[in-house]
Amino acid sequence: MSAERLPLTEPPFVRRLLIGVTLAYLGLFLLVPLAAVFAKALERGLALYWASVTDPAAVAAIRLTLVTAAIAVPLNTIFGLAAAWAIAKFDFRGKQILLTLIDLPFSVSPVISGMIFVLLFGAQGLLGPWLAAHDVHILFAVPGIILATLFVTVPFVARELIPVMEAQGSEDEEAALTLGAGGWQMFRRVTLPNVTWGLLYGVILCTARATGEFGAVSVVSGHIRGRTNTVPLHVEILYNEYQFSAAFAVASLLCLLALVTLAAKSVAERKRTLAVEPRSAP
Amino acid sequence: MTPRILPGFRLTLGYTVLYLSLIVLIPLSTIILKTATLSWSQFLSVVASPRALAAYRLSLGASLAAALINVVFGTVVAWTLARYDFPGRRLMDGLVDLPFALPTAVAGIAMTTLYAPNGWLGRYAAFLGIKVAYTSLGIVVVLAFIGLPFVVRTLQPVLQNLDAAMEEAAAALGADRWQTVRRVILPELSPALLTGFALAFARALGEYGSVIFIAGNLPMKTEITPLLIMIKLEQFDYAGATAIALVFLVVSFGLLLGINLLQRRVGIGRLEEGLN
Repeated sequence: MSAERLPLTEPPFVRRLLIGVTLAYLGLFLLVPLAAVFAKALERGLALYWASVTDPAAVAAIRLTLVTAAIAVPLNTIFGLAAAWAIAKFDFRGKQILLTLIDLPFSVSPVISGMIFVLLFGAQGLLGPWLAAHDVHILFAVPGIILATLFVTVPFVARELIPVMEAQGSEDEEAALTLGAGGWQMFRRVTLPNVTWGLLYGVILCTARATGEFGAVSVVSGHIRGRTNTVPLHVEILYNEYQFSAAFAVASLLCLLALVTLAAKSVAERKRTLAVEPRSAP
Repeated sequence: MTPRILPGFRLTLGYTVLYLSLIVLIPLSTIILKTATLSWSQFLSVVASPRALAAYRLSLGASLAAALINVVFGTVVAWTLARYDFPGRRLMDGLVDLPFALPTAVAGIAMTTLYAPNGWLGRYAAFLGIKVAYTSLGIVVVLAFIGLPFVVRTLQPVLQNLDAAMEEAAAALGADRWQTVRRVILPELSPALLTGFALAFARALGEYGSVIFIAGNLPMKTEITPLLIMIKLEQFDYAGATAIALVFLVVSFGLLLGINLLQRRVGIGRLEEGLN
């Protein structure tokens, strides 16, 4: 075989060099920061670690973050399912514009994402005077945090579902209808099982962003300890008060969540590829 | 138009448009409405103030530097992960997305602690006479971390799906490996590279959470545009914050549009080359 003598890969020293650069770069940028968070968190011992994560302010922050995610993720999941159904299964004018609009929150700075809700609901805002007159609190309160989180996480589920639904086509659904299934029955028994892993993938990304959002939430929260502090904001406050061990202890919880997210994501990713590929094969 | 067999088109499209309007469009439109309350000269004095200009310059410069770092190292990482087998490959592959999954505030405090003059890495930099934390170099480092997944994740599938026959043909026609890489593979990667660059750049421009910890935040020196907007908001100068935000949004959308157009031209150029 003369092909074996053709230069079809890099010389060994180049391969080793590139692998070395990759390991050094990823090690320096990913592993070292992760290690630093856990090392700093445990620097003053387990007792202080435990005290930091069970402190009432920390517990309140964890509760608020969970509540926010529990509201924002399902709402954006329903939106993602509706948007993906309309976009992937039907042709209509303005589809491209709709796709661009769905992506819009990705390209808006988190600070600006928070700012627009201040402009809408703040004391000098458009609806501010009306809200004040009716004693409704949105800004510097939980509803504002949820709205800002909704805004920044709008694209995730829709973005992941649209290509999966497009790849699967409509034959299965049409068959179900022909066999006498109703609309909801078809959706529950045919569409959802087909897109499970794509959906899950989107939900995982959406949850990660919803629990970790900092900039947008920071603008609308007002930083009222025990009331409008999410976990990332609580980390910031501890850090700025030079309570470094406590800050890193709480941050380590977010790191663990990120690692769980990555693991779940890679499982969902593999299953999703398996679900799409047999169909794209001729 | 083909008859619609599947149900739910009106319901889902209607819901999509309604939801997007309530959560995204109406809130975003307040930027225009609020800016319109400023007179032209007020607007200019805010958005062209020396402090604002310094902030735009820093944001653009640091984001550009970080995106370029990611183009270089992201290509190496994507190449290695897609083509070589080595111990720890799968772990590294899974960890590439860490900057997506890790809350930015956590990234910010971790990097600041590492690169502070007495930190694990900062002490070596200090030994060489380089200050990282609390300088614009620190901002670039954090932004490079935030943008790391974009170039890798856009290049990786392209590298995996490249037709091996092209490389074999180039080699059979007498090209050495470096020529094949430079003349055959890299041109094939360039649209994906531009996309990855644009995504990393856009993300870096808007980034706030991780930067504010490491930046030092000195006006005119290490104050990024999102922070300047935040400061104006905290001073209840809503009109000023909005005006700067509008300029920043227009500049970043303009840059992205330019990169998209460039990408289309690169794509078409490749197509024409293929046809000739």
